[in-house]
Amino acid sequence: MTTTLVEAGTPPESFGRRIRRFMADYPIVPLIVLFVILVVVLEFLRPGIVNERWMANTVKFAIPLAILAGCQTMTMLTGGIDLSVSTVATMSAFIVATQTPVHGPWVAMMIAIVPGLVIGLANGIGAGIFRVHPLIMTLGTGLIGIGFLQVYQRTVIATGSVVPDFLAWLGTGLSGGFPNALLLFVPVAALIIYILRGTGFGRLLYAVGDNERATRIAGVRYPQVIIGVYIFSGFLAAIAGLLYVGLIKAPSLSLAEPLMLPSVAAAVIGGTSIFGGRGGYPGTIVGALILTVLNTLLTILQMPEGLRGVLFGLIILVVTAIYIRITSDT
Amino acid sequence: MSGFVRRNAWVIGLFALLAALLVVTRIIQPSYGSAGIVGLVSAALPFAFAVAAQTVVVIAGGIDLSIASMMALTSVTAAVLMDGASPEFAIVAVGLVLLLGLCLGAINGALIVITRVPDIVVTLAMLFVWQGAALLVLPSPGGAAADWLKAMVVGTVSIPGVPSEITQWIPRGLVLLVACIAAVFIPLYRSRLGLSIYAIGSNNLAAFRSGVAVGRTRIAAYALAGLFSAMGGLVLTMSTGIGAPIPGPYLLASVAAVVLGGVALTGGVGGIVGPIVAVFILRLVRSDLTFLAVDPNVTTIVEGTIMVVVVMFGALLALRRRKS
Repeated sequence: MTTTLVEAGTPPESFGRRIRRFMADYPIVPLIVLFVILVVVLEFLRPGIVNERWMANTVKFAIPLAILAGCQTMTMLTGGIDLSVSTVATMSAFIVATQTPVHGPWVAMMIAIVPGLVIGLANGIGAGIFRVHPLIMTLGTGLIGIGFLQVYQRTVIATGSVVPDFLAWLGTGLSGGFPNALLLFVPVAALIIYILRGTGFGRLLYAVGDNERATRIAGVRYPQVIIGVYIFSGFLAAIAGLLYVGLIKAPSLSLAEPLMLPSVAAAVIGGTSIFGGRGGYPGTIVGALILTVLNTLLTILQMPEGLRGVLFGLIILVVTAIYIRITSDT
Repeated sequence: MSGFVRRNAWVIGLFALLAALLVVTRIIQPSYGSAGIVGLVSAALPFAFAVAAQTVVVIAGGIDLSIASMMALTSVTAAVLMDGASPEFAIVAVGLVLLLGLCLGAINGALIVITRVPDIVVTLAMLFVWQGAALLVLPSPGGAAADWLKAMVVGTVSIPGVPSEITQWIPRGLVLLVACIAAVFIPLYRSRLGLSIYAIGSNNLAAFRSGVAVGRTRIAAYALAGLFSAMGGLVLTMSTGIGAPIPGPYLLASVAAVVLGGVALTGGVGGIVGPIVAVFILRLVRSDLTFLAVDPNVTTIVEGTIMVVVVMFGALLALRRRKS
């Protein structure tokens, strides 16, 4: 009976098709598979490298990238992007290191968060009210931020810089084999995932990115949503900067600059659509881990810096292309 | 006549702004003259080619983040090819580098069309690739440029029969810029390809249904961007005499000048003259601030603020137009 039904109806799904559908439903699975493959390749090339210490190190370096990629995920969901994150992170890192000798670590951290909020507000006003393309707006505010930082640097040359012990502990310390940075990252990640999945604001981010016109007609106050998301993004970027200066321990005016493009890449590899409306934070976290391991892999192979760049770019492209192929049209 | 003015109001406004800025410059720095113009042109030259590259892609409805990297790659390739070679071979080298640029751009475009990955992501990935390739070609700044090429961007033109009082106002770099851009853009404007580029930028689906080969046109637009990037890379090598594998600050500047030049980032609107004038405006503002003895770091702030305010103003105008 059932056989005749199957014959009469649609042909039974082929194995390949079923796999594709499974991957489209659970897009994080292929990413985790890729991550595991990379780790296996690494272990194969350098037997014994994958141990507890290596894992802790990988996680430590992946966390600031993952937080910045969180900024990209949230803004990309609305169809935007935040290219000022590296500037904001650098500013908060530099400010905390130079204000600590004057005001002590806690006040310095408070002060360091402020530029992130201000830049986020400016981004939100530009993108939400004036409808400037976020790519341009955030590039511009990033440039202005760097200018302010350079001027600021000359006023604090005499004070010297100190990385607060707490941040160094948070950035580099280990407790029972686990990096202390997880103490910051787990709540942050939980907050982002909760906002995206459990709150009305999160739903609005997806809705605005998916169909802005429809949300407007439905009565969504577009500028408020956009301003909200960019302020939050600036706040996250500032936090990432505090953590990063604890990890690197050498504040400079280009500290977080190398993280900017990888943060976009991590979100994209993680399956968040740059056009908005699709994606989520768990994929981004795996994306950040993949990029960090990839970097280790390319460093260990002792390739010239140029070849590393070429491979890095090509792998981002190939992963994204495959990802788009398997998750669409099923 | 009034139709011409209305159609080109933005570009005419930009020219007026540039003229006003030149007057202001003359007021704050009375010695600013032909030498100042020559300096302005040589500073603006690589930016102008980067902007020309970005303009083509943006008109076609895309964006190219890899222009600065392509400039670095073509610049070092030119410097390596010309290192120790005869002046005659430099002609071949220039041809090869332009061809290389065309290929780099075509690869960008083909990847976008074939993989269907968004253009921002593809060109972001290719930014790493071209930058890495530049480091492979030349790990540290070096190489050389032929003397006759270096002479092309230095000083002013000399036309027989025209007194030097006039020719001293015409820098060679400006002639080079206008010639290169006109050589590509005038045929493009008159061709089917040019029309197709505007068509896919303004409405991709409508263009497809009207029989435009959308994929091929997009690849062509990116290939042209690669060609202009190669020109920019050559200019870098010509003006410095060496090739440097590190990309310059051309990404933000190119996007800003494109927007200031009246090209809509949504595609399909604008021309090449506006963005080029915008480059000169942005460079002139920079040198004005230097003349005013403003701290160079504050200059960065002012420059960024001007850019953001201009873009906001442009967006506001576009909003008004849509509402009315």
